[in-house]
Amino acid sequence: MIEIRDLTKTFQTADGRVEALKNINLTIQDKDIYGVIGMSGAGKSTLVRCVNMLERPTSGTVVIDGQDMGSLGPAALREARRGITMIFQNFNLLMQRNCLSNIRFPLKLAGVKKEEAERRAMELLELVGLPDKAKAYPAQLSGGQQQRIAIARALATDPKILLCDEATSALDPKTTHSILELIQDINRRLGITVIVITHQMSVVEEICNRVAILDGGEVVEEGEVASVFSRPRSAAARRMVFPELEGDAVPKGAGVRTIQIVYRGAVAAMEPTITQMAIDEHITANIAYASTRAIGEKAYGTMLLTFPDDDETVRRAMAYLGRKEDVTVEEVSHV
Amino acid sequence: MFERMFAPEVMEEAFAILAEEMPLALWETAYATILATLFAVILGLPLGVLLVAGERNGVLPLPGWLLKGINVVVNLLRSVPFLILMIMVIPLTRLIVGTMVGTVASIVPLVIAAFPFIARLVESSLREVDANIIEAAQSMGASPCQIILQVMLPESVPSLISNLTIAVTTILGYTAMSGIIGGGGLGKIAINYGYYRYKYLVMLFAVVLLVVLVQIFQSLGTRLAAGLDRRIKR
Repeated sequence: MIEIRDLTKTFQTADGRVEALKNINLTIQDKDIYGVIGMSGAGKSTLVRCVNMLERPTSGTVVIDGQDMGSLGPAALREARRGITMIFQNFNLLMQRNCLSNIRFPLKLAGVKKEEAERRAMELLELVGLPDKAKAYPAQLSGGQQQRIAIARALATDPKILLCDEATSALDPKTTHSILELIQDINRRLGITVIVITHQMSVVEEICNRVAILDGGEVVEEGEVASVFSRPRSAAARRMVFPELEGDAVPKGAGVRTIQIVYRGAVAAMEPTITQMAIDEHITANIAYASTRAIGEKAYGTMLLTFPDDDETVRRAMAYLGRKEDVTVEEVSHV
Repeated sequence: MFERMFAPEVMEEAFAILAEEMPLALWETAYATILATLFAVILGLPLGVLLVAGERNGVLPLPGWLLKGINVVVNLLRSVPFLILMIMVIPLTRLIVGTMVGTVASIVPLVIAAFPFIARLVESSLREVDANIIEAAQSMGASPCQIILQVMLPESVPSLISNLTIAVTTILGYTAMSGIIGGGGLGKIAINYGYYRYKYLVMLFAVVLLVVLVQIFQSLGTRLAAGLDRRIKR
């Protein structure tokens, strides 16, 4: 279990202090695939680097299986890092070593005998599906293959935790899918806890069971993926879940009021809510935008409804829609 | 001065001198260059490593005053022209070698001039190593020494070899200059015959040989660097 408590990280830059992380509290259970999602600059990478102390927190603690990471001395920390390995956006393989030597590398650092390290490396090459690439150099491989080698390298020391820092961001969708499948497979077969840092909704949807949404260095929402994504309560969460609503989707101009509804569950998606509102309340809404998604078995979606600029109408519509089960309502008019 | 340079009797004389002097001169030049490079690398490589690793956010941060001190010494030695440096270090040369003339004695100023240069070249090679790769090694539990010896240096081998080639050719040029204060080799031939005795043809040959040597070292180095670089797809 990973317990992050009151974690704060402040950077001193030329333009003053930057609070990269503000009072983060998260608990990640064993065998979770835990997603941390946010826009660039939200503090995701800093957060994940605080887990293995590549970044020292300014205050707060990271406790892994009862061990306070911040209290470890240099040698003990290096030892602990063998159990918390990491993969990266740009793979970060050693370019002057072949694949076998790359995978063997963490074992060599740990002082494992060469023959044993080599045997383990061959096993891992098999596991990631590249047994014929032992003698190839990273520059000869595709991005997806390089990430597979990086995953094999990360697994060499039998870690309990795998940190994935934007591990699929440099890959095309198809390759992304295959790498995510591999990560999920590793999580299931080897029981490794995985923390996935990403800015892509689809990555979290595909493999994570829990998610934290990070915005401006703060956790704005946290919970099971299905429940967070189907009922995004914060503006940041809605931006993440419905990125297409950023920008021009909300109608501009005087005389128009816009509200956004987010609904989840098959019932909410199937019920003719807007038509029903016209019958029950005599309010006619214009649907400016609508989108439905499926997460697991659940459908969820959002709509932008526009109304004439009338406080009473908007208030009544919001009250009516807000009473529906599994529907959240918010006014998003341009002002 | 040039009209009689290629006259038959001049050529004959020049070849006679060359036949007698060149084998030793070549040997002395190679000997001084190789030994000076060797000692300069022994001193310069660790210094170059410290210049990168010892920075505040490096893998092995040094106290600020120490890093500054190394920088000042390197810059100081780098800014003294070699001709003057040779004369300045004569007392040191006497102390170490026992004499101030000869090829062995010329190695002392050569090393002193070359090691700060090599330190800077090593520094620039090591700075080319992707910081993300160093971070990856840290995330695997690598110690600072392991990062230096097993990541930074091996990852920059092609660049180190290219830069070492530059160092060798520069040192080769310096050995020729050391002919002025009694160092042996091709430089001595060029100066003694060309400058003091107006035998320009001998000088010309000595210079041509120096050029050939530089060409050989340079193409060997370039080929070696490219051949060892695993980033090149083949």
